[in-house]
Amino acid sequence: MAVKLLGIWQSPFVLRVKLALSLKGVEYEYIEDDILNKSSMLLQYNPVYKKVPVLVHNGKPMAESLVILEYIDEIWKNHPLLPEDPFEKARSRFWAKFVDDKFVPMIIRMLRITSDQKDNAAKETREILKTLEGSLDPNKPFPEDKSLSFMDIAIVWVGYYTQMLEKMLDVKLLDDENTPLLNTWFRVVLNLQVIKECLPPFDKLLTHYTNFHERHTTAS
Amino acid sequence: MIYHISTHFRPPSQTHTLTMAKQEQLVLLDYWTSIYGMRVRIALAEKGLSYEHRQEDLRNKSQLLLDSNPVHKQIPVLIHNGNPICESSIIVEYIDDVWKDKAPLLPSDSYAKARARFWADFIDKKLYQIGSKLYTKKGEEHESSRKEFMDCLKLLEGELGDKPYFGGETFGYLDVSLIPFYSWFQAYETYGNINFDHEFPKLIAWAKRCIQNKESVSNSLPDLPKILGFVQYMRKKFGIEE
Repeated sequence: MAVKLLGIWQSPFVLRVKLALSLKGVEYEYIEDDILNKSSMLLQYNPVYKKVPVLVHNGKPMAESLVILEYIDEIWKNHPLLPEDPFEKARSRFWAKFVDDKFVPMIIRMLRITSDQKDNAAKETREILKTLEGSLDPNKPFPEDKSLSFMDIAIVWVGYYTQMLEKMLDVKLLDDENTPLLNTWFRVVLNLQVIKECLPPFDKLLTHYTNFHERHTTAS
Repeated sequence: MIYHISTHFRPPSQTHTLTMAKQEQLVLLDYWTSIYGMRVRIALAEKGLSYEHRQEDLRNKSQLLLDSNPVHKQIPVLIHNGNPICESSIIVEYIDDVWKDKAPLLPSDSYAKARARFWADFIDKKLYQIGSKLYTKKGEEHESSRKEFMDCLKLLEGELGDKPYFGGETFGYLDVSLIPFYSWFQAYETYGNINFDHEFPKLIAWAKRCIQNKESVSNSLPDLPKILGFVQYMRKKFGIEE
């Protein structure tokens, strides 16, 4: 097939690409890779990072989810993801980058957090989420399936994976007092049809990362 | 290596206003040693744009900076007609987007664009952080950082290949992203114990080409000894032993 996506089911970065392809109605072949036993295909297509997602279009590979999203938006013009206005475009890119620069290292830390460090890390995460809430315009209506944008796709996974972390570590991250608008936004957007169809099953995700956390916090 | 780059570079010690283009107001909040700030200076110069260039005191940030970039409180920030844009790669794309009729920086081909963005992102993720360890760390951490830094540069040299510029025949987005690091090469060489001319001849040739052919570059980069002096000063200040 002209479009191939190399991924792993649990990756939020792969989710972003799946959402973009789905919104544009692009047919693609999905290939599940194995994080513990990376395929030669992955190593060939992404020698720099050896990570998914990798999108291959007409034999040409590309990596990094936000770079892939921009490419998809340029090639398939229906359901445009980025706004036309250059300033709004810059704003979308800014918040997508914020999530990658601030939230991703935090989640990586949380997945290995020991019980004595947990509360501090949870506090820091709530602060990051509070900042993220600043990206939302309270006067703008919530997105629908047909209006989901680059920024929405870049951010929505944060709500899902945060809920998973809350259950896994028994911490409060999405506090209604701290981030009421963000929480509502996540609730609405995670319930949209096209999003629900692409999300990995919650229980499977929780089990997977609970095991991961145990492996990384139990002294060997 | 070329140590003296700048013909017209002067770090703005006070606000100076150049002739404004009609109806366009551009302000750049910057710091003279900032690689990220240099990228924006180069992009603005490529497009022939006038702007107010403000040097921030990073120990005493201006209210304008804090208001324009409340999330990160960092330079560079480009303020265009009162609207702030933050993050150097995002600012460069913005400039390329708005002033698309002159000196396009990103290639027109979508795949080439994706490659340019990928490598610019690689530079952002790796080069500065690892590079800074060359002059802040010691012992094993220094040695592993040195190796990692050189591996990154090797990859970038591979991406350049035999092309005159990363953008191909013309200077482009990825060239803009990387060339500011050249001003830090003497510092990296001194503290990283790296011989750039010997280890990375292609990159050095590329850097010379950029400096000699592009006024936007030679006017935007500080001289290498000045950056070295800055690093020496910072090391003393933070008590990193010689």
